[in-house]
Amino acid sequence: MTEANTVEPTEFSFDAESDAMIAKHLAKYPAGKQASGVLPLLDIAQRQMKRVTGSAWIPRVAMDEIARRLDMAPIRVYEVATFYLMFNTKPVGTWHLQLCTTTPCWLRGSDDVVAACRKVTGIQGWGETSADGQFTMSEVECVGACVNAPILQVNDDFYEDMDASSTVELLEALRAGTQPPVGSAKGRQNSAPEGGPETLTTLQFPTTSAGE
Amino acid sequence: MLDDKDRIFTNLYGLHDWGLKGALARGDWDGTAAILARGRDVIVEEMKASGLRGRGGAGFPTGLKWSFMPKTSGGRPHYLVVNADESEPGTCKDRDIIRHDPHKLVEGCLIASFAMGANAAYIYIRGEFYNEALHLQAAIDQAYEAGLIGKNACGSGYDFDCYLHRGAGAYICGEETALLESLEGKKGMPRLKPPFPAAVGLYGCPTTVNNVESIAVAPTILRRGAAWFSGLGRPGNAGTKLFCISGHVNKPCNVEEELGIPMRELIDRYAGGVRGGWDNLLAVIPGGSSVPMLPKAMCDDMLMDFDSLRAARSGLGTAAVIVMDKSTDLIKAIARLAQFYKHESCGQCTPCREGTGWMMRVMNRMVQGRAEIAEIDVLEQVTRQIEGHTICALGDAAAWPIQGLIRHFRPVMEERIAAYKAGRAPITQLAAE
Repeated sequence: MTEANTVEPTEFSFDAESDAMIAKHLAKYPAGKQASGVLPLLDIAQRQMKRVTGSAWIPRVAMDEIARRLDMAPIRVYEVATFYLMFNTKPVGTWHLQLCTTTPCWLRGSDDVVAACRKVTGIQGWGETSADGQFTMSEVECVGACVNAPILQVNDDFYEDMDASSTVELLEALRAGTQPPVGSAKGRQNSAPEGGPETLTTLQFPTTSAGE
Repeated sequence: MLDDKDRIFTNLYGLHDWGLKGALARGDWDGTAAILARGRDVIVEEMKASGLRGRGGAGFPTGLKWSFMPKTSGGRPHYLVVNADESEPGTCKDRDIIRHDPHKLVEGCLIASFAMGANAAYIYIRGEFYNEALHLQAAIDQAYEAGLIGKNACGSGYDFDCYLHRGAGAYICGEETALLESLEGKKGMPRLKPPFPAAVGLYGCPTTVNNVESIAVAPTILRRGAAWFSGLGRPGNAGTKLFCISGHVNKPCNVEEELGIPMRELIDRYAGGVRGGWDNLLAVIPGGSSVPMLPKAMCDDMLMDFDSLRAARSGLGTAAVIVMDKSTDLIKAIARLAQFYKHESCGQCTPCREGTGWMMRVMNRMVQGRAEIAEIDVLEQVTRQIEGHTICALGDAAAWPIQGLIRHFRPVMEERIAAYKAGRAPITQLAAE
């Protein structure tokens, strides 16, 4: 990580894309309860930083802007931003590797995934960013996909059923700038058992395209 | 074995369209207006009669919970808040509902809100479920567009709004009052009860917080009748349940089955059996990380329901079955959970804030055997001082896994200590705190 990237910016303002999202979120809460928007706005700020600078994090000036928008004391925004794990208060790499090592993932070999990430990225400690700024490695607690353990979350996406070799393959692809399809590295149908579902096999539904 | 025709989550694995067209084909949103036309009291009574117990872990009767909401508004709005902050290690059932059957949840929100006099529902989904939230938001948008929710929802004359709110990575926000704090834009620190949310909840208004699965099964129960649902499962433990089978099984998976299914049948039939066969089983955590583990001998004939597991001094919890075979270092498995709770403690109550870190450090020494035998008793005693002495149940949840380990595998801990003293134990590399 270069020195320039770790310096706190001196100003922050939401761009038009962010503003459109903010309006959508704040419409959900009753009048006078706009503080409910603090989590969405922090998320929007982090995504804007990702869009603009390539690094998903929230500088303090962004928190100040959120406090102004929501009519909150800045400290109330700071304490929320530091309480929740998903808000990065310092810059992260292009690919934020979030490794679940909680017991269900550990039982399925998360140690191998961690070792493979260390080997490929050269990162030693948690929260560190690789010299080329490509990767940050964070240890996270259960991400809630335990029947597909171990999970390697990259930015917003879950890579499931990982092992050492699929991890190396994934990271090499990311380094080359391509993001492979998300989901099971073993080609499983989501949370169905390997080899295909053994229930719900007698039901017939009309096939339509997804999400219609 | 449960018949496919009695399964509620017919798109559990995402083989079919998760959108509105697919949902309609699977029978969702069928006669919703007629269900609402039965009236608030009839719906609540039907839910009570179904015997549905909350699917989020505590197993409190859902219909009864709904009945606690004030009958008249008293000038304050009522709210339904859906807990989709699924974070209990081992648990990944709500994720499948949200990404593959989101309309079941949205329809359930309408019906439950109507039954409690709420005109708005907030669904609080954990932040990590980003892609899942996209599906759910799309489903909500589709429902608005089709007139199923919004003004005059389903043509019923009832106005109902449904909002999605994303969390940002805090296990504690799965505790209902911490969730409400978080939804109000604060740190997720649990509130003292009373007052209970039904009296003073979101924005100080009457609120009911329900788990995703509890809400998503409601429309099917009301369509097929309480008698159908209560006819499944066992007395006091009615209906079907999503089970998540993870850990040392040949085919980890999610599956919907009747409550009361024998644990062995659940693992053998659906998850391809324990790695290396049933006799290679060491222990099972039957209901998510918070419940005490059971050794194999107790698993042989164990039934998977609230009351059977409670009688065994464990719990059904979220029905997340974490299987551990004989290769498992159980002390390390529990030490990792101790690290989890230490990380997730909100820091509000001293016994939990200090106790979870203390237990983690002692457990890490126990992994190496770098301890005195007498410290096992000290550890056990400290878990008792945390349990029941905090505002929320996170302290209890942190204490129970360690109590389960000591209760059933104390000789393993003693052997580890003896081995370390004799210079025999391998020093396990531990992650820095």
